[in-house]
Amino acid sequence: MLEVKNLHVQVDDKEILKGMDITVAPGEVHSIMGPNGSGKSTLAQVLAGKEAYEVTEGEVTFQGKDLLDLEPEERACEGIFLAFQYPVEIPGVANTYLLREALNAKREYRDEKPLKHVEFAKLAREKMKTLGIDEDLLKRSVNAGFSGGEKKRNEIFQMQILEPALAVLDETDSGLDIDALKIVANGVNSMRDSGRSFIVITHYQRLLNYIVPDFVHVMVDGKIVRSGGKELAHELEEKGYAEF
Amino acid sequence: MAIVFDGTRESYVGGLSEFLDSGQKDVPEWVTALRREAISGFAKLGFPTLSDEEWRFTNLEALRRGSFSIAENGISGVSEKSVDSCGFPGLDCLRLVFVNGRFATSLSDAGDAGEGILVKSLSEAISEHGDLVREHLARYADYEKDAFISLNTSYFEDGIFVYVPDGTVLEKPVHVLHVSTDEGSPLFINPRNLIIVGQSSVAKVIEHYVAASQSVYFSNAVTEVVCGENANLEHYRLEFESRKAFNFSTLRVNQQKNSNIASHSILCGGAIVRNNVHPVLAGEGCNSDIYGLFISEGRQHMDNFMRVEHASPHCDSRQFYNGVLDGRSKGVFHGRILVHEGAEKTDAKQTNRNLLLSDTAQIDTKPQLEIYNDDVKCTHGATIGQMDEEALFYLRSRGISMRQAKIIMLRAFTGETLEHMSIDSVREALEGVVMKWFEQRLQNGKRG
Ligand SMILES: Nc1ncnc2c1ncn2[C@@H]1O[C@H](COP(=O)(O)OP(=O)(O)OP(=O)(O)O)[C@@H](O)[C@H]1O
Ligand SMILES: [Mg+2]
Repeated sequence: MLEVKNLHVQVDDKEILKGMDITVAPGEVHSIMGPNGSGKSTLAQVLAGKEAYEVTEGEVTFQGKDLLDLEPEERACEGIFLAFQYPVEIPGVANTYLLREALNAKREYRDEKPLKHVEFAKLAREKMKTLGIDEDLLKRSVNAGFSGGEKKRNEIFQMQILEPALAVLDETDSGLDIDALKIVANGVNSMRDSGRSFIVITHYQRLLNYIVPDFVHVMVDGKIVRSGGKELAHELEEKGYAEF
Repeated sequence: MAIVFDGTRESYVGGLSEFLDSGQKDVPEWVTALRREAISGFAKLGFPTLSDEEWRFTNLEALRRGSFSIAENGISGVSEKSVDSCGFPGLDCLRLVFVNGRFATSLSDAGDAGEGILVKSLSEAISEHGDLVREHLARYADYEKDAFISLNTSYFEDGIFVYVPDGTVLEKPVHVLHVSTDEGSPLFINPRNLIIVGQSSVAKVIEHYVAASQSVYFSNAVTEVVCGENANLEHYRLEFESRKAFNFSTLRVNQQKNSNIASHSILCGGAIVRNNVHPVLAGEGCNSDIYGLFISEGRQHMDNFMRVEHASPHCDSRQFYNGVLDGRSKGVFHGRILVHEGAEKTDAKQTNRNLLLSDTAQIDTKPQLEIYNDDVKCTHGATIGQMDEEALFYLRSRGISMRQAKIIMLRAFTGETLEHMSIDSVREALEGVVMKWFEQRLQNGKRG
């Protein structure tokens, strides 16, 4: 699914990723943990195609394609989805409008017909119900004035509509109350299947009780310093990152 | 022989007697006297220069060097079909068409406006309802202080006249289409409009300025609006003049007690454009909502000049102006709020947001509060920026193309002002125009 090899990334002449490696097979859930500023979000944004980050070395292959060659929108259409750590507010653009445009862009990319208004509305309503999202939220501007938890839930809602092959969740659990956390985790779990992979970035082992990962990686100073199974998360919760 | 103005103050002053002789013989004496008075105003003022505080950002040198003449021909060259194409799909309205400032009867359909309502050309109104017109014409737009109002008052030929008596609703919007044509040499056109909305009456008027060809001309429109007690007017000024035109316009509104106006100015055409919006909230409890959207490219220059005058207590005013500037175009937003001594509990708010699509576009935004009262709430804010990169990336990360993402962002930005239009078909038509404009920008540009 995804193969990141010796990835070096800098921004404003400052190197942030310093030889990052990670391989994600179809159906796997990988969790990345690590101290603040270690480069987790940078990795997520680079995968999504953010231009401000300059790749100076290394390669990224996604489903056999050179990911770094693709524009952000092409990556999304190929099946990458990033749930932002800080979802962007876009006043004046209705949430539902963004979603329909996004879904139809993806369908067009695959030579499928665009969804009709009614079909889309039906789909959106279904997904909203399972995520406990108020219909009101659909009509409002994208993330504008949303609470922290609403923003995160909205990211998962988008993910459910867009059905990516690889979803990168950047601290989607931060700011969620315990009920919302369960709802979001269920939203993710309901999408788990043998063809779909997840990279879950988090600071809290708690999330991993709900979304049980196949692998846990520790990222420090721009690279993975240790990898293990789900028990590694418990260890980190106890000992912190001091030993790295 | 055409009456030609060579750009000098003397030529505009001296030309009036010829103008009066040529076509103004059947006009009542009071109108002629008014024109004479107005031109003496211009004789004193001349065209403003950069050293005038209110004209600091707009250079009129090219206008002063230009030679212009009064139109000679009729409405030839303007077809019913071309006029129809300027309509708003599905809008049931009254339509009055003016070509080069003259009424085009054959292209107009004033229909039946309703009991007691008058919707006709100003020149007709002057001969048929002289007293009513005289009571209001040139009583608000000050020809002694503003050179362009002086010129218009001296040289106007025609324009719309709307009169809605007390307690009456003008059901259909009035679409006033002003068309300028090319007569071979640059024209001097002075549309003059007068709108009177009686006590507790309601009206919607769309002033729409278009060009039949992309020629050079000097158009100078003045609209006076009288809003009676508790009256409600929605006014549109849609400016799609020739890209080579000098275009000046003034909307002067006089608001009586508890009246409401919403004014929408859309500036799109013109080489050098100046749009003055000047409501005076004369009675207590008035509300003025002033919206504007200007889009410019190439070397267009668009100067938006607001003067919101609070003359009575308990009045609210809102100004929302958005600008989108591309190429080497320049924009000006000059927003003046003037609160008179007796105007307690004034609540005035002004917002101007600008989106620069190129590195070479420029905007000067200048709020100006002049307040002679302590008990007021006045706020203003201006922003200038490029398109939000974070938002663009967010949209693209969802699979939306760069081009579409930009269009979405622009639609949101322009929608902030357009969404306040109550006539859906007009709003939709304008959204379409803005999108087309923007798609062309994307096609021509390096951006996209
Ligand atoms: N645009 C930028 N300009 C300068 N420095 C940046 C930029 N983006 C990220 N950095 C720096 O890169 C480092 C890694 O940031 P990143 O956001 O990837 O960390 P993180 O692991 O996600 O941290 P957190 O756990 O706090 O979310 C930080 O030191 C950050 O300040
Ligand atoms: Mg982060």
